[in-house]
Amino acid sequence: MSRPSSQSFVSRCLNSRSFVVGGLMTGFLLSCAIISLFWTPGEVYDITIADRFFAPSASHWFGTDQFGRDIVSLLMTGTQNSITVGVVAVSIGLFTGVTLGLTASAQRGWVEELIMRLSDFSFAFPAILSAIMITAILGPGGVNSIIAIGIYNVPVFARLTRGTANAIWTREYVMAARAAGKGKFRITLEHVLPNIRSIIIVQITIQFAIAILAEAALSYLGLGTQPPNPSWGRMLNEAQSLMFFQPMQAIYPGVAIALAVFGLNLLGDGLRDVLDPRLSRKR
Amino acid sequence: MSVFFAKRFLTFLATLVGASIVIFIVMEILPGDPALVILGVDATDEAVLALTKELGLDRPALERYFSWISGMMQGDLGISYAYRVPVWELVEGALKITIPLAILAMTLSVILALVIGLYAAANHNKIGDVSLMGFSQLGISVPNFWLAILLILFFAVNLRWLPAGGFPGWEEGIWACFKALILPALALATVQGAMLARITRSSVLEVFREDYVRTARAKGLSQRRTLWGHVLRNSMIPVLTAMGFQFANLLAGTVVIENVFHIPGLGSTVLKAINNRDTIVVENVVLLLAGMVVLTNFVVDLLYAVIDPRLKAHDI
Amino acid sequence: MALLEVENLNVDLSTAMGPARAVRNLNLTLDRGQSLGIVGESGCGKSMTALALMGLLPENAVTTGEIRLSNENLLKKSERDLCSIRGNRMAMIFQEPMTSLNPVHSVGRQIMEPLRLHRGLSKTDAKKKALQLMDRVGIPNPEERIANFPHQLSGGQRQRVMIAIALSCEPDILIADEPTTALDVTIQDQILELIHNLVAEEGMALILISHDLGVIAENTEKVAVMYGGTVVESGATDQIFGQLSHPYTQGLFAAMPKLGMSRNKRLTTIPGTVPDLVNLPSGCTFTDRCPLASNICKETTPPIEELGPAHTVACHNLKKAIEARSTGLYE
Repeated sequence: MSRPSSQSFVSRCLNSRSFVVGGLMTGFLLSCAIISLFWTPGEVYDITIADRFFAPSASHWFGTDQFGRDIVSLLMTGTQNSITVGVVAVSIGLFTGVTLGLTASAQRGWVEELIMRLSDFSFAFPAILSAIMITAILGPGGVNSIIAIGIYNVPVFARLTRGTANAIWTREYVMAARAAGKGKFRITLEHVLPNIRSIIIVQITIQFAIAILAEAALSYLGLGTQPPNPSWGRMLNEAQSLMFFQPMQAIYPGVAIALAVFGLNLLGDGLRDVLDPRLSRKR
Repeated sequence: MSVFFAKRFLTFLATLVGASIVIFIVMEILPGDPALVILGVDATDEAVLALTKELGLDRPALERYFSWISGMMQGDLGISYAYRVPVWELVEGALKITIPLAILAMTLSVILALVIGLYAAANHNKIGDVSLMGFSQLGISVPNFWLAILLILFFAVNLRWLPAGGFPGWEEGIWACFKALILPALALATVQGAMLARITRSSVLEVFREDYVRTARAKGLSQRRTLWGHVLRNSMIPVLTAMGFQFANLLAGTVVIENVFHIPGLGSTVLKAINNRDTIVVENVVLLLAGMVVLTNFVVDLLYAVIDPRLKAHDI
Repeated sequence: MALLEVENLNVDLSTAMGPARAVRNLNLTLDRGQSLGIVGESGCGKSMTALALMGLLPENAVTTGEIRLSNENLLKKSERDLCSIRGNRMAMIFQEPMTSLNPVHSVGRQIMEPLRLHRGLSKTDAKKKALQLMDRVGIPNPEERIANFPHQLSGGQRQRVMIAIALSCEPDILIADEPTTALDVTIQDQILELIHNLVAEEGMALILISHDLGVIAENTEKVAVMYGGTVVESGATDQIFGQLSHPYTQGLFAAMPKLGMSRNKRLTTIPGTVPDLVNLPSGCTFTDRCPLASNICKETTPPIEELGPAHTVACHNLKKAIEARSTGLYE
């Protein structure tokens, strides 16, 4: 296995249209979130009923909502929320899931069997369903919805890790390392983890996108982020009741979600091309 | 076949039992006393204690688990904490809406996926393929509840062809109910169908490269006859797997979509129950939904054997 | 008039690295009932030639020249007409019996398929014929086996099923592309003998493709030796094996393990590797590996010289090659 030189890595990135477009979109998303930490064009938390339902203008590009808040500002701040949910929920799933998967793959036997059966059950509970159950216990709220989505991510990463790691364990260089007397822990760190890295990185972008979608759905149902914190899902919920006379308010947040997810999916496709050409050739 | 069937059936039962245990444990560690929820915070300690006894919540956990399961076998899901009526009464009507909705959505998404996926594969790398795959990439990215809102805006608010929400009830006739369910089903099916279409396309393309496809062509079969006679059935194996997973997502999606359209299905029931802290309803509905997912995967497993004769041999 | 005439056949494959010239200026003739062997290393274009004859080349291939079956140019025919020829007048057996049968259909169904397609037989008639065919290719208990799926058969039996499929419509030409390479050695002979006998009984013409000179020598009347996408030597089998001429043919022969060869003697090999089809060298493509190569070989394509009736060789240094035959070019 030869490591690609940095030069060819960069040029391969730039050659992948999916990577460039997806990367730009994700970058835009990130910069919106960062800028909104310091500055937004209008007020997000102050309610000025007198300013409600302004039409789009130079000062309010997309107008204002029923509480007189600037929609562009709400969308920008909503980015923070989506990214936080994505990062935390994916991290929970990533660290727990990869650890479980690596353990299952290294130990085999009943450990593997147990971990895999547990993750089998979890397939009966898709993200939203498990989130509903967990919010039923912990009560609705932003943090609880993040935990719920994070828990849903655990078996996803555990399965993927175990599957790909098992393949690595049968390779000659792992055999050689075992023959040389290296322990399972060291082999996992030195040989298994580096070789499954690219597949996991691609999965991160996919799960990130799913997390954003799930959080939006939960917030829409009123189980996720609570007011006054702006979130795209909540904005859609509020917009739906105004749909008959303010239809555009139901459009903006949806477009924001779709673009964020689209960008992440493209980035994932691009990363797959760049990191693992063998995978992309199959398609 | 019988060995194969028995094995799959046992797995199916084991998964169901596992799911019920998970749900029960999760509900067990729930903070908050149902009796207190029902009576309100002002209730006297004696009243709370009496109700706890009446609900049977003072019994040990294991005993309560078994009585829950044995009750369920007889169609007795317990009494709703919030409404003091049998849970089955709340759930029965909801099931009659959610199951048809899920089936309608699944059918739509499979039709959508097969038509798009096969067309794209047959026109590999041509303009039709590229643009359809672009659209499907977009379709995957759209949240289904937002698509539902857009559909309402377009078909109900602008065109006024279909109702914006609600459900007339089956006594109003199939047509009226179909009109109420078609937009929710479409919202669910588009996103799932886009995903399934991509899988169908790549699976068909993969099978087209197989040696036996060349054999079929060498026999004198046309491209089209090869596709229908040899490629399609083989390429359905991964598509079927994906369909199993998708059904789970689709059911979860109905929970959200039913709330967009204000349809009194399982999704609305469970959401109401969460807000009322009516945990016994949540518990049962979640188990019902999980049970449907597990049942679907069981059916998918059996379908595998119908499609691929190698699987049966592998198990026997 | 010959049954099959291939004239100036060229197959170019477009690849990411540029066009690959898989087959170049290839000429072949085949009479009714005649058997022709095509021999060469992997990557010499023999399989591509077979697929070109069947019209089954991958989408990225461009074919020029003429392939005339009973004086009709197949390259000018519509896809529809080609479908009525494939499996009917020309049939093919592939290298991999393990993957060449559809795993989800019974073998009976797969044998019946061409019969129903080309002969329009009813299901019952097709089944009757399929049972006969299975018996003919030596599958025991056809009544039982007909409902089996490919995974329930051994590799040899699957290849017999492939042969039954190919035979079903009594084609004029049977193309067998390395039909035994993937099989156990003991099975190889059985399958070759089966093909040999069936071809003789049916009066079919055979094109047998192999990298194995022994297989070719035993089963064919004519041989074409291919290298770098073109025929370097062709003629009657006993002529070619009786008087090895082209340096490459001599090399192939020298590289063959011989019975009674002493164990500590190393097998002779031809040095170097097959040429890159994207960047073919100018002149003779064998130049880099030829022990007799001279300057002219690098620059110009060798002329085709007739050594005897219908025995042609393309080599600049033919005289030297023939002289070196007795001492061995590759010792």
